[in-house]
Amino acid sequence: MSFPHRHLLGIEALRPEEITTLLDLADDYAALNRQPDKHADALNGLTQINMFFENSTRTQASFEIAGKRLGADVMNMAMQASSVKKGESLIDTALTLNAMHPDLLVVRHPHSGAVDLLAQKVNCAVLNAGDGRHEHPTQALLDALTIRRAKGRLHRLSIAICGDIAHSRVARSNIMLLGKMENRIRLIGPPTLMPSGIAEFGVEVFENMQEGLSDVDVVMMLRLQKERMDGGFIPSEREYYHRYGLDADKLRHAKPDAIVMHPGPMNRGVEIDGTLADDINRSVIQDQVEMGVAVRMAAMDLLARNLRLTRGAA
Amino acid sequence: MTDLHLVNARIVDPEAGSVSVGAVTVSQGLIRQVFDNKTNPFRGETGEVIDCNLKYLAPGIVDIGVKVCEPGERHKESYRSAGLAAAAGGVTTMVTRPDTTPAIDSPETLEFVTRRANEAAPVNVLPMAALTKGREGREMTEIGFLMDAGAVAFTDCDRVVTDTKVLSRALSYARALGALVIAHPQDPGLSKGAAATSGKFASLRGLPAVSPMAERMALDRDLALIEMTGARYHADQITCARALPALERAKANGLDVTAGTSIHHLTLNALDVADYRTFFKLKPPLRDETDRIAVAEAVKSGLIDIISSMHTPQDEESKRLPFEEAASGAVALETLLPAAMRLYHADLIDLPTLWRAMALNPAKRLGLSNGRLSAGAPADLVLFDPDAPFLMDRATLQSKSRNTPFDGARMQGRVLATYVAGQRIYERP
Repeated sequence: MSFPHRHLLGIEALRPEEITTLLDLADDYAALNRQPDKHADALNGLTQINMFFENSTRTQASFEIAGKRLGADVMNMAMQASSVKKGESLIDTALTLNAMHPDLLVVRHPHSGAVDLLAQKVNCAVLNAGDGRHEHPTQALLDALTIRRAKGRLHRLSIAICGDIAHSRVARSNIMLLGKMENRIRLIGPPTLMPSGIAEFGVEVFENMQEGLSDVDVVMMLRLQKERMDGGFIPSEREYYHRYGLDADKLRHAKPDAIVMHPGPMNRGVEIDGTLADDINRSVIQDQVEMGVAVRMAAMDLLARNLRLTRGAA
Repeated sequence: MTDLHLVNARIVDPEAGSVSVGAVTVSQGLIRQVFDNKTNPFRGETGEVIDCNLKYLAPGIVDIGVKVCEPGERHKESYRSAGLAAAAGGVTTMVTRPDTTPAIDSPETLEFVTRRANEAAPVNVLPMAALTKGREGREMTEIGFLMDAGAVAFTDCDRVVTDTKVLSRALSYARALGALVIAHPQDPGLSKGAAATSGKFASLRGLPAVSPMAERMALDRDLALIEMTGARYHADQITCARALPALERAKANGLDVTAGTSIHHLTLNALDVADYRTFFKLKPPLRDETDRIAVAEAVKSGLIDIISSMHTPQDEESKRLPFEEAASGAVALETLLPAAMRLYHADLIDLPTLWRAMALNPAKRLGLSNGRLSAGAPADLVLFDPDAPFLMDRATLQSKSRNTPFDGARMQGRVLATYVAGQRIYERP
């Protein structure tokens, strides 16, 4: 088993067999998480700091639970309310925290590349919990685990990612991960929500949702940010829902056993029909949340092993 | 009376388009004569004789668009530090930008700058002034008074005058005075918030990006206004293939239009940003490789007239930030010549053509008599070795700010000595 990484900054740096290693371990943790006693000791004695420069409820909670179940001392820092407001630079904040000897730093930041920058300045393991519109690796990993458990495999699947691709770090990490695992990827959305140079990504692009969903195994919906609904990128919420919102009618074009995913939080009636989201036969949205904790436990466990190894060698 | 003989040099002559072995004699700060290798220039003459050992002697570089951060941010760059950097880089004339704090938009601020520059810098400094007050794009500056005070061109730098009424009036007024207007063609709407050029790389990195079309759109608009007003116009940086046909048409139609580009856009491309390296964040952002080659070809053909350093000092604090938040720009006075040698060694542009773009054309555009090696021209000269290899270490730069994208790069080509008006102001130790 090998996972030779100091940080988890993105999917880009991972090889397919490393992804499999991580998902296998996450499967074990998923089983543990269903036991009455959920405790393991992989992070005993280690300090985990969650630094969120951008609001988050679910990702932060997921990382916190993952750390606590593995025995880490977990501290949450709401960076929006703290020193950042006083004008401290990102690097100074990083150096200050670094002096407190954390072992795992979980970071979310509104700017692409900010987590990479921070990782260069600290000597602990850094996990990217989302940076701008760049990457959100643990989300892609939890999506992959959810797909693998639902479909029995993570290759040769036809997967549609729908919605605001341009501004989505979830989409980028998923395109990379699912591509590395040799799946067929389709992107569906209006051209205003597609990133530039998309033709070079090795994906198929559809502007018509029905065509794009035709015979896919997995339908992955993305959240449409409120601030993009005001006519700048799409004409209106209701027109978007009409053309790109997932409902039972549109889903009929996918394979009969196609699963529906959403990274949350959902805008019911904007990108997804509420009834469909709750349909336990099609929607795996709650499984995604469950797998999120397992994947984060696996990621922190693997990084902590490397951390102990390098420190033992030093 | 002769003061100086530079003999046994390979003379790069941008006017003749040639490189030939010969000698240059200097008298009272001016070039007295240029000899070929058959004649002995210093028979019976007095003065210092310098054997150039067959190294290359060219006119000193005339660099349009240098940012010196006085007034306002002297900690980033002063006239003294910029002047030393210029001397070490073979730049003998700095044409400085008015995008300081406050902007150089009145005869009073211009006089301050001129006084500071003459006291502190060993090279020629010619200031530009803002085209509109405060570079705000609303009211034109006192173009006439500013010209009297020594402004050689008018520009709002990277701020685009969006109001076409304001711009057309400023252009008309400038035309009447024969003033040169320099613009930064970037459509402000399309390029708002952009940190990279749109394409696969920017999308993978998740960076807000702008299409190169923003450059063509703004150039098209400006050229229409030039057609309307007849003003003298220079586009500071043309960096993409798409803007070239419009430029070609404008020149063919006889408009008084020239264009420049930056050394960075000629030698680097968008992929150099790699893992969010902020020293590669420029304005406009670096383009893809096809654009880089197209722009180099345009310099070679003469469609793009001028190469500039676009020297833009930024302190460490403004660069040690996430890429989107980091400041744009790079220092380049000292790296301009070594970087230009990359184009020469890659057989993209030969030496006389490089000096046409770095010395002759900018001097001509500003009505200066330097930038050439002819009798009577100021003896502003650079002696260099195009082959000398070195590893660029930014700690060695003379600039107060050391934000160079070439830090750690292998380069080939160094300045050996720089002369301004026949005086040696720099010699490589």
